[in-house]
Amino acid sequence: MNMKSIAGLLAIFTLSLGWVLYNSDEPIPEHSDEAVQSYQLSNGMKILVIENHRAPVMVSQIWYKVGASYEHDGITGISHVLEHMMFKGTEEHPAGEFSEIIAANGGEENAFTGQDFTAYFQKIANDRLELVMELEADRMRNITFDEKEFIKELEVVKEERRLRTDDKPTALTYERFNAVAYTNSPYRRPIVGWMEDLDTLTVDDAREWYETWYAPNNATLVVAGDVLAGDVFRLAKQYFGQLPTSEIPELKSRHEAKQYGTQRLTVELPAKIPYLVMGYKAPILTPEVVGTEQEQELYALEVLAGVLDGGNSARLSKNLVRGQEIANSASASYGMTARHETLFVLSAVPNDEVAIEVLEFALRDEINTIKTQLPDDKELDRVKAQVVAAQVYKQDSTFYQAMEVGMLDTIGLPWKIKDDYVEKILAVTAVQVQQVANKYLTDDRLTVAVLEPLPNGTDDADNTDAVSLTGEKNAQ
Amino acid sequence: MHSNTIEVQLENGSRTKPASKIMRSFSLMVLLFSSFSVSATPQIQTWQTENGAKVLFVPAKEIPMLDVRIVFDAGTARDAGLSGLSVLTNGLLSEGAAGKTSQQIAEAFEAVGAEIEYDAARDMALVGVRSLTESRYLSTAIETLKQVLTQPDFPQDAYQRELNRMKIAVKARKQSPSALASKAFYEAVFGDHPYASPASGTRESLEKMTLEKVRAFYKQYYVANNATVAIVGNVDRWQAEEIVKAVVSALPAGEKAAPLPEVKPMTEAKKIVIDYPSTQTHIFVGQPGTKRGDADYFSLYVANHPFGGSGFTSRLVDVIREDNALAYSVYSYFSPLREAGPFTMGMQTKTDQTEQALELLNQQLKKYVEEGPEKDELAASMSNITGSFPLKIDSNSKLLGYIAMIGFYDLPIDYLDNFLGNIRAVDVKMINDALKRRIHPDKLVTVVVGKQGNGEKEKP
Repeated sequence: MNMKSIAGLLAIFTLSLGWVLYNSDEPIPEHSDEAVQSYQLSNGMKILVIENHRAPVMVSQIWYKVGASYEHDGITGISHVLEHMMFKGTEEHPAGEFSEIIAANGGEENAFTGQDFTAYFQKIANDRLELVMELEADRMRNITFDEKEFIKELEVVKEERRLRTDDKPTALTYERFNAVAYTNSPYRRPIVGWMEDLDTLTVDDAREWYETWYAPNNATLVVAGDVLAGDVFRLAKQYFGQLPTSEIPELKSRHEAKQYGTQRLTVELPAKIPYLVMGYKAPILTPEVVGTEQEQELYALEVLAGVLDGGNSARLSKNLVRGQEIANSASASYGMTARHETLFVLSAVPNDEVAIEVLEFALRDEINTIKTQLPDDKELDRVKAQVVAAQVYKQDSTFYQAMEVGMLDTIGLPWKIKDDYVEKILAVTAVQVQQVANKYLTDDRLTVAVLEPLPNGTDDADNTDAVSLTGEKNAQ
Repeated sequence: MHSNTIEVQLENGSRTKPASKIMRSFSLMVLLFSSFSVSATPQIQTWQTENGAKVLFVPAKEIPMLDVRIVFDAGTARDAGLSGLSVLTNGLLSEGAAGKTSQQIAEAFEAVGAEIEYDAARDMALVGVRSLTESRYLSTAIETLKQVLTQPDFPQDAYQRELNRMKIAVKARKQSPSALASKAFYEAVFGDHPYASPASGTRESLEKMTLEKVRAFYKQYYVANNATVAIVGNVDRWQAEEIVKAVVSALPAGEKAAPLPEVKPMTEAKKIVIDYPSTQTHIFVGQPGTKRGDADYFSLYVANHPFGGSGFTSRLVDVIREDNALAYSVYSYFSPLREAGPFTMGMQTKTDQTEQALELLNQQLKKYVEEGPEKDELAASMSNITGSFPLKIDSNSKLLGYIAMIGFYDLPIDYLDNFLGNIRAVDVKMINDALKRRIHPDKLVTVVVGKQGNGEKEKP
């Protein structure tokens, strides 16, 4: 990856792939070498290891329990800016050296920030484990925060925001959609931060954020690949075991306030194609819910998303893209794993000459159908077959496996829930799918955002093939 | 990262633990061997089907899944003046076949958890499937893949629908400064060469599209002699042969696509400026670069690495991002194709910094071509390229991509085995020589897409 941070991407990632993303493992009987082995250092740091001996490589990820949802108004984006600063050096390893050492050792590295986590990773030959630990332990506590470096890096982050959000009509629409959908939930703020807040951030803000949240008792190390758990635990103890703990603040719960009626917004931007996003407030899997009856509702919501958009045979493609031919594309997504109440999201791009109201009506109609007619068994079976298969396919990526447990642990869920995921999906019935649709996909939980394109001056740009364009437009 | 350039690979997917005493001595040898060379390349098995398709197979027993990918020389380079034709044809395969509707095809795959893939790039057009290897699932996946590949119906209604969707894709390009810039860049670098053809077509070309042209395109290019089959997964050789036979034996032998014309080098510098109301200017700078099997390929590959190919440790990131904070993403790469693909430098920067960024970019390239890499820079790159080799083929997906590429471009079957040797054989003299002969800083294409003229000043 070229990008220092995939913050924006991850936000889109979890939204668009939500329900497929958090599958578990397991269905493969003999290959249990994906089992997670865990260990806790005396300073509170957690170590999770997934042994996988297919290739002599490993991935190491450090997850910190901090992200955009930990921020408050005025300092939005600070978690992500801090992520960038983590590459700016310590006394021991000055700016740039971390990356140079990893590269010279044949490694690939990067980091990403989400609403509920910040994570750093290296993919590297399995005999470089100790090196990686030494470097990560060093930067957990010893970043130097040079002001000049900070000022420059802040400009880089602003360029990142322009690239990922400001100049992308759909991304900008989605950002504003979140800002309206949530009333008081921290998820209303963008991970990358408002530009207006970025303008005012200082190196002291970053240092304070670092000192508050970056400590072994707020971190989880996940190592997956051709390693032995015993070696990982031993080295972790050696390098992280001596690091001092911090008193980690306890955040108030910040439950989303009740919504009164459908919320609507229009985003007018230079663009060419309209875009529709509809989000319904939806519950999440909390540690308290695990193992209760209510838990099954969440799996039913994931299956519901699958009935609507689990592949090209699912209803949105079948009825809106084909069938009525009113959508160029349409999708549904929901993910149960987050720290705060989330959204069940439908989004669509209309075909030419199709009014956005027609598209909204059609999406609502799909929801009404589910509320009033039980989905048939074949449909549910297809959704479930894809979930089962995905459990197998994911074994092709140790990175993904590490990410799965790292994320669960960091948002405060027992990572063991992944082992029961398939079973719980398989247990979902048509009646449950209908029930959760009736309970949660209601107008008083709904927010609708519409992107209305303004002229962007490209009507004549780009219409023709090569020869004429280059002929006409050559300057110099 | 735009790493479609990068070629590295290796490693034997299976590293079993000593299961018995007999196995143990063998494993010890493997371990000893490992400590010297880190890993071994996968054994690629290869054969040809009766109707002429080339097959490359790597057994991978760890996971009960299989990937099959059929690649045709039917990419956008074959659009023959009608841009969008390759992509449309490729996309229509699964929209009706063997009398099944697109809905029935999608249901057939998804009921067994299979994932169909299809894509058309400059050179390659491909269709494939990922499936579980349990036979009740696999047989359905393979049968459906065969129908899509060999018996597409190209129904009129699906044709019209997909054509309309491509028209939206053309519109989408017009709200993306990077897509606008990329199209203009390819057009300027390749001129009247088929590589200039924009994948989704243009408003004009889509107006001229007909279903007959789609059918004719399929008939000409989706044939066995124009096909490479790559297969990776949990099957034995005989099973792989049966699967390949089942999928492609119904394809007519047909003929291999004719050679593409050579890409002409640039004769002069060109600058394309497109006005667009974005906060950043998107910049592409480059020229025709290198092709697969090119004698300078490895020299140029290594040369690019410390310049703009190694991410955080590259010169471009160092100067443009770290020192001057002008961009979030800045890079350079060679995209080797059947004929010379582009050498591209790319970045995006706040509108009012455009001139400064362009100047730095060009300055860096000029200096690098004149002076080449520093000794320690080159050493660091060498150790990164060789050391990261095992990461490049540590999964079935990555392996599939490599063997498909090796087969499609007729690279030697031991390409992976020799990759490290070829990299290590590159020295600073070869790099400097290749850079001077192949990169011409005075004949670059420059594309800038962003706000022009007044109003350049963004709010800080």
